[in-house]
Amino acid sequence: MKLLDKIFKLNGGIQTETNKKVSTKNPIKSLPIPSELRLSLRQHIGNIAKLKVKVGDQVLKGELIAEADGNISAAIHAPTSGKIKSIEKLLIPHPSGLPDFCVTIVPDKKDQWIKKTPIDWKKIGIEETNKLLLNSGIVGLGGAAFPSHLKIGNNRKNLINTLIVNAAECEPYITCDDMLMKERSKDLIEGIKLVQSLLGAKETIIGIEDNKPESYEIISKLILKESNIHIKIVPTIYPSGYAKSLIFLINGIKISKEKLPPEYGIQMFNVATIIAIYKFIIHGETSLSRIVTITGNVKEPGNYDVLFGTPLDSLIKDAGGQKIKTNTFIMGGPMMGFKLPSIDVSVTKTMNCVISAEPEMIDNKKEPLPCIRCSKCAEACPVSLQPQELYWFSKSDQFEKAQNYNLFDCIECGCCSYVCPSNIPLVQFYRYAKSEIIAESIIKEEADIARDRTDFRILRLEREKKERAQRNAERRAENTNAEKSKLIEEKRAEIKATLERIENNRENE
Amino acid sequence: MLTSILIILFLAIIIGLVLGFSSVKFKVEGNPIIDKIDSILPQTQCGQCNYPGCKPYATAIAKGDADINQCPPGGEKGVRALAELMGVDYKPLNEEHGATKPKSIAFIDEETCIGCTLCIQACPVDAILGATKQMHTIIEKECTGCELCLSPCPVDCIAMEPIEENAENWKWKYPVYSISTIKTKVNH
Repeated sequence: MKLLDKIFKLNGGIQTETNKKVSTKNPIKSLPIPSELRLSLRQHIGNIAKLKVKVGDQVLKGELIAEADGNISAAIHAPTSGKIKSIEKLLIPHPSGLPDFCVTIVPDKKDQWIKKTPIDWKKIGIEETNKLLLNSGIVGLGGAAFPSHLKIGNNRKNLINTLIVNAAECEPYITCDDMLMKERSKDLIEGIKLVQSLLGAKETIIGIEDNKPESYEIISKLILKESNIHIKIVPTIYPSGYAKSLIFLINGIKISKEKLPPEYGIQMFNVATIIAIYKFIIHGETSLSRIVTITGNVKEPGNYDVLFGTPLDSLIKDAGGQKIKTNTFIMGGPMMGFKLPSIDVSVTKTMNCVISAEPEMIDNKKEPLPCIRCSKCAEACPVSLQPQELYWFSKSDQFEKAQNYNLFDCIECGCCSYVCPSNIPLVQFYRYAKSEIIAESIIKEEADIARDRTDFRILRLEREKKERAQRNAERRAENTNAEKSKLIEEKRAEIKATLERIENNRENE
Repeated sequence: MLTSILIILFLAIIIGLVLGFSSVKFKVEGNPIIDKIDSILPQTQCGQCNYPGCKPYATAIAKGDADINQCPPGGEKGVRALAELMGVDYKPLNEEHGATKPKSIAFIDEETCIGCTLCIQACPVDAILGATKQMHTIIEKECTGCELCLSPCPVDCIAMEPIEENAENWKWKYPVYSISTIKTKVNH
């Protein structure tokens, strides 16, 4: 146990006011089924889900609405029974503020389940189980929305020794994981045991920040008898909940660039994701709801267990509405979140927290000043980058140089922007540079395809020309042969006729 | 005297052999400079540069027959990249060849299409699907937006539609913020 207690020191990171207490006073609330559920088809990393229903269809709770399109994708299910009202482009909670395909369901309020089929995973084997997980709709509920079947399936290539459960919840304001651990700890422990055996891992370590003593108490009591589940307290330093940071804090293993935790025998799941997997395999329930923290400038901050597709304004209303009208809402934490385009969006799998913005969050009086080269950002960077260099390169569109300085290792945690004494929105520059580079590489790929197709077309045209020429030549050759023999025949007939005439003449003489 | 001649002769033979060997062994297929130019060009295959495609234009640039500023789809960025590669000065896009437009793709009005196959023959990347007297359609993914299918169409049923920004192709914008003015006292 001695070695297990050791915590490694994280490079960089910041300590800030966590603002978590306000939203943990009351237990998790749930709302009555809303009059309309609006499900975005883009709630996960990867391909947009493929629609399986049409307008007017009657669906049951848990019924498949859209299936995973390919391996890197996730399915979407009906969160309650009802009728499909429309399939159209509506606003989604996305930083772009652009509309995207959504399915609107009008619930019949019966909340009638489709037949649940628990999975006997030991009988059907891990590969079959994983195929079922592909259409379970389960994605990482920590906020990244990475399809979970990819993480379970990964163990075929790499041997997993350790399952790390991410209970750090490092971003300020967010408390949904904390509340989940307090209220659903038994399900969590059962889920951990299940995921551990699915992965074939020998041990589990739960990583939790030291600002959640109640959750720590509850869980450590429950795992007293479990010899292979441990819990480790990590210091409250943002971003300790970032996968690679947490692994380092717990195990002292530095996951190098371009490598993933499974290559080191480690797999990580968020607490909420573990419970979702448990519910799916043991109870046959697909991913239909999540816990959302509503906090900040609202009268009664708290956590809600809500169905996906629930309109956000019904949550805000239930939380007592905004104390001071700002009409601005941030989805995610204050560090990595983004401003919602409008309150007229609905809950998605990635919506872990919505902060109703305080007036001082909006009219940010701190205006950016020029960089004074203090290198505070480099000290704060948890992934050991040179934020100041990346800033220069991104600002001046020198994308190749930015990439050489490992721009894509940046996790956009916002530590650099937070410590910057000149208030430069550094992360915004990195996001800009990243999306420009990605767009350029897509254009390049398309150009390569176009080049291949043109080359092939030229080849095809040449081949066709040759074939046509050959056909023509053959036909001509045939024609000339036929004409010649005809001519010879004619001549012969003529000669024959002449000879006959001469013969006749002779006989006559 | 003789030894020095022999040494030089010997060296010449050795070097000659090495050079001869490497010229066969490490022979470069194709013309690398043409390929480099071609990789900068956007592969729209539109022919606005007065050459029948991107490769012929690349060949002409390499030979010195064509200027680097004749490709509107490549835009200013393309001209800059070409200038850097060829070691010449940047010059603005030649307006004779047209202006840079946002990328769009062709769209066939399937109600009007008579199935004449003329657009299929014009498409430089075989991105139109159809057959004689059958309805034609564009394979969106393959269309480069070259507009070469527009003029052959006898019923004018092809229109260019710009690619709209959506949640998938959306990009983070360049951060714009006002810089605060610091008031300073000026002593006269």
